[in-house]
Amino acid sequence: MRTAVILLSLLAVAAVPGSVLPQRNVASDPQAVVRYFVQHPELAPWMDRLSLFNVYGSPWFAAIYLLLLVSMTGCVLPRCARLWRESRAAPPPAPRHLSREPEYASLTTAEPADQALETAAAALRRRRFRVRIVGDEVRAEKGYLRETGNLAFHLSLLVLLVGIAGGRLYGFEGRVAIAEGSSFTNVSAEYDEFFPSVWTDVEGLEPLSFTLDSFDAEFETDPAKLGEPRSFDARVSYESEEGSGTAQVKPNSPLDINETKFFLTGHGYAPEVTVRDGTGAVTFSGPVIFLPSDSNFTSDGVVKAPDAQPVGLGFQGLFLPTAATDGRGPVSAFPGPVDPQLVMTAFTGDLGMSDGTTQSVYTLDTTNLEPVLGEDGSPLRQPLAVGETMRLPDDQGSLTFDGVSRFANFQVAYDPGKEISLVAALLLLGGLTTSLVIRRRRLWVRVTDTAPAEGFVAVEVAMRSLTRRQLPAGDLEAVSLALRGPDTPNPSPSTQTHTQEPNR
Amino acid sequence: MTWDLLSDNLIYSAIAVYVLAMLAYAAETAARVNRGVEVTAEVTAEAPVAVGAGAPAAAPPSRVAPSSSTAGTPGARVGAVGSSLAVLGLLLNLAGVVTRGLAAERAPWGNMYEFAIVITMTAGATYLALLRRQPVRDLGAWIVGAIVLTLGLAVTVLYTPAGDLVPVLDSYWLVVHVAAAIISGGVFTVGALTTILFMVRQRHDARAARLGRTRGRYAAQLPTADTLSRVARGAHVFAFPIWTFAVIAGAIWAENSWGRYWGWDPKETWAFITWVCYAAYLHADATTGWRGSRASWFALAGYAAFVFNFFGVNMWIPGLHSYAGV
Repeated sequence: MRTAVILLSLLAVAAVPGSVLPQRNVASDPQAVVRYFVQHPELAPWMDRLSLFNVYGSPWFAAIYLLLLVSMTGCVLPRCARLWRESRAAPPPAPRHLSREPEYASLTTAEPADQALETAAAALRRRRFRVRIVGDEVRAEKGYLRETGNLAFHLSLLVLLVGIAGGRLYGFEGRVAIAEGSSFTNVSAEYDEFFPSVWTDVEGLEPLSFTLDSFDAEFETDPAKLGEPRSFDARVSYESEEGSGTAQVKPNSPLDINETKFFLTGHGYAPEVTVRDGTGAVTFSGPVIFLPSDSNFTSDGVVKAPDAQPVGLGFQGLFLPTAATDGRGPVSAFPGPVDPQLVMTAFTGDLGMSDGTTQSVYTLDTTNLEPVLGEDGSPLRQPLAVGETMRLPDDQGSLTFDGVSRFANFQVAYDPGKEISLVAALLLLGGLTTSLVIRRRRLWVRVTDTAPAEGFVAVEVAMRSLTRRQLPAGDLEAVSLALRGPDTPNPSPSTQTHTQEPNR
Repeated sequence: MTWDLLSDNLIYSAIAVYVLAMLAYAAETAARVNRGVEVTAEVTAEAPVAVGAGAPAAAPPSRVAPSSSTAGTPGARVGAVGSSLAVLGLLLNLAGVVTRGLAAERAPWGNMYEFAIVITMTAGATYLALLRRQPVRDLGAWIVGAIVLTLGLAVTVLYTPAGDLVPVLDSYWLVVHVAAAIISGGVFTVGALTTILFMVRQRHDARAARLGRTRGRYAAQLPTADTLSRVARGAHVFAFPIWTFAVIAGAIWAENSWGRYWGWDPKETWAFITWVCYAAYLHADATTGWRGSRASWFALAGYAAFVFNFFGVNMWIPGLHSYAGV
């Protein structure tokens, strides 16, 4: 027990740094660790060596909980064996001085000794005690479920470990942003981010695809909580091996196709644009995902048209669902599309997309690009409302803001161990509750004097709690009543009882 | 008057009544402490072999002025008034919570303010339920004090107007998961305060046994260490499975909402730390040599983790639970 206390304390302390320091693989802010490295260039690499940015996957954290589980198992298995033996053997014999037990009664009964013991035993069996009559005493015990629950609770932690391992070894997580009207096919290359586990069958992901038909978001317009989200609603049509159909995906209501689940975790805007090059040909057309940078969905994004003639075109800038300006420039004042504007600056030159290196679709590599300048000599930057076009000087091309679509972020998860974990959790809760609620106790009945008076037998009844909780009322009384019988309204003068709290 | 305004007024009224209850309890304690001194003086005068406030080892430490024997004294009457006021405060608190729910048209525990006004209710209800079965009126001043403090913070710092919630909270798991957390939190609060009183009383007893005399006039009139220990343990044993359920329900909700049942989000981490501390408490309490004061520190650590999870994690640490809005 002392080991358990020490290891539990260690576990609690070890869990703290992970909540204070930024962690890898914690969903709320994937960039936090990177920022921490920038802010603490000296310290961060050392902390990284101590796994302080991955506390819950670190060897020292694992060491603590594995030690805990090992010591727990070493303690629990012998207890299982003992419970098994105890539940098959007779309850232990009565102590010599029953009157010293916490609950005690002595009384006389009109029944013969054998008969009295049988009566007491029957009364106890009715109360679901395990009962044996040995010699002149009845031995009874009840509440084995307490230890059973306790052991089930502890062993459920091992089951939980199996469930967690199942997810960690075979599952995967991923994220993908899909614009309205776009489709997604479930292969790892289509994910924006894909985190497989050690033994994830990456080539064998659930075959399915879906299209985001529409996405709607509503925001609070009451001034006190202006802009708080109120509802998100994605409509998708999917195809899978099990059939096709449409589904509504909302927070707390994922798309679940054969255990691969798609959770709606975020959204943003995807302005629809058309880019024409210097020859007037359309070189790009469609929605472009812009990433929100604040709660009013001021969004950053780029539009790339590398194949434009005579020279490649790139655009970089902001999308504002509800345009406004503050001291630093254009921002959005409300997350809904009240007055959508696109504010872009243009670049010309080689976008660097033909040399084979991978590039983020959300940033523009401006090393080989020239900003397009306006008449005043500063970079051309023109706010566009829906339907408006930004024309580049010298007939280099144009960008038209056709309309506003949205995109939805899906968190994708497959965890084959979660059912095992759920079973473990239920076992844990059930075992824990049982082990705290049930009171294990022993009760003895002994014939002390076969002839205290003509036709009477003296009997002692005593009871002891094996737990620190008080004994439940009623057991002792029931046995006493059964022995005295209903015909003895006035118990004999020698009857005495006492109750005291367990002094353990 | 709209529901939300009515709710705010009811909470303000509850604070006022709780303050009166706290004053009444404090007055009772003061009266009892003073009376205890008089008794000590009398006893000492009659029998120089001091059997005073903290009777030394021979007899089990007993209360100088047990509430049963002081039922008719003015102090006890003030204490009874305190309990009545606490009941009234609890009813106003309840009404404030119900009207808040009517104003928001949902379960009224969707943000920090609402969490605070509901947890004061569960803590108060736990104390009053306990009072019917155990001689723990000494707890009253502290419990009601904690309630007043929490409600005061709620209406000043945490207040937010009644309204709808962000979509991710639109789930029946909010009702289940947060309700379980609030119930266990209320009971843990009673458990923690009882534990502190137990430790005060136990130190007093130990000092009295060692020195044969005592200075702790307040500690001397508390319920016996046995009683306090039993009540504290009972509260923790009652709340622990509910807290376990709250964590499991949260995990199930997280699986249904974010795609993983456990992700070491700061809120989850601190719920885990709380759970582990209380688990350590239960183990320590069953370990010879650790029972009593030593085990109590684990319970207090668990409660500290719980409180930090509510205030600290919500206000200072960014995470997925950050929408739990101030």
